[in-house]
Amino acid sequence: MSFQFTVSPDFPPTRLPSWYLFNTWLQKSTGLSIHLEMFPDFESQREAIAKDKIDLIYANPYDAAMLVREKGFIPLARPKDRLDEAVILASADSPYTEVEELKSGVRVAVTNDPAINLLGMMMLEPAELHSGNIEIIKVDSYQAAIRKVLQGEADIAFLLKNSMMRLSKLVQSQLKTIVESQIGDLYHTFLASTTLGEHAETIKKALLDMHNSPKGREVLEGLEIPAWEEITPEETDFMINLIEALK
Amino acid sequence: MEDMKPEHIVGEYKEYTLTYYDGTTRKVLVTDIETPYPDGKLIVSTTDLNGIITHANQAFVDMSGYTREELIGQPHYILRHPDMPKAAFREMWETIKSGKTWRGYIKNLRKDGGYYLVYATVMPNFKNGKIVGYTSVRRKPSRRKMEEALRRYARMKAEEENS
Repeated sequence: MSFQFTVSPDFPPTRLPSWYLFNTWLQKSTGLSIHLEMFPDFESQREAIAKDKIDLIYANPYDAAMLVREKGFIPLARPKDRLDEAVILASADSPYTEVEELKSGVRVAVTNDPAINLLGMMMLEPAELHSGNIEIIKVDSYQAAIRKVLQGEADIAFLLKNSMMRLSKLVQSQLKTIVESQIGDLYHTFLASTTLGEHAETIKKALLDMHNSPKGREVLEGLEIPAWEEITPEETDFMINLIEALK
Repeated sequence: MEDMKPEHIVGEYKEYTLTYYDGTTRKVLVTDIETPYPDGKLIVSTTDLNGIITHANQAFVDMSGYTREELIGQPHYILRHPDMPKAAFREMWETIKSGKTWRGYIKNLRKDGGYYLVYATVMPNFKNGKIVGYTSVRRKPSRRKMEEALRRYARMKAEEENS
């Protein structure tokens, strides 16, 4: 029997091979047959989750909350020192320097990343902006959101802060940060469905030990994750409650 | 809960005695110094059913001026500012105890006697269909809406004192 593994589709396309390498490593380390199924967007991934077609997932905080509360998924690990924070960006020559200067009708480039969009909207609240008085421009990647801002088709964009690190120096110099979140309590989570039974513990052990082997470290480097660390039920509950309160 | 101590206070202060819903009282020392709410920061805490703090994030520690150890195990009303009317919190408790989410503007008291202003969401946490505690998330408020709320609270407070 092969278990189905998937990854939240919020990583840059260049990281795709690293996830396949990770899956190979995971199978070798656990002796389990695991198939990595990648989805092009959140909608198709959620459809597969709804049909109980997913056994293992590296999920963003928003989906992690849903998977734990509604589907009984069990958190196995989270990436060490990799918090999920959101950033609102504008073009470097934009007249805007802070949130309170933004006005009704502002054009906002957003991806379909639910956690980042929640945080982005929360950061617009001091300017009394909400989904009813801004123009939302939907794009399918962070790169596309940045393009909209640089081409003057959007005034601001919501991004995952970590995705900024992968931008070239040139692109970074063409952008400025209007505001970034400082939450410290949200992170992606590696979750297992109850269908994995006792294998969940095997996978958890392999993940927590991954950085101790040269091969494991090499794969982790490709994913820009220093190591996996344990996540307590209390920490998971706290993150879920936080997401629920922001909805 | 311990009274506030003059050695913790920064600046000139006034003294008030607050009486909380459970009948306990506390001497609080209050200044006019506002700590501006930083952009993008999110204060998150959880409490048990009685409002006792069970989890506080770093932003809570930074903004309140208390250490995490001083906050955990204390009633959430450790932050109660004397300018806040009792009725505002009564309404909040009625809402969340009935299983609904409450949103509103709050003036909070810091350990150093100063204050900070927040927009808060307080929601019940359910387990197996039962409320097991509450989560509160606070963020930077709209200045205009906050000022409106403070004017309303001042009127409510005056009514409470006259009744």
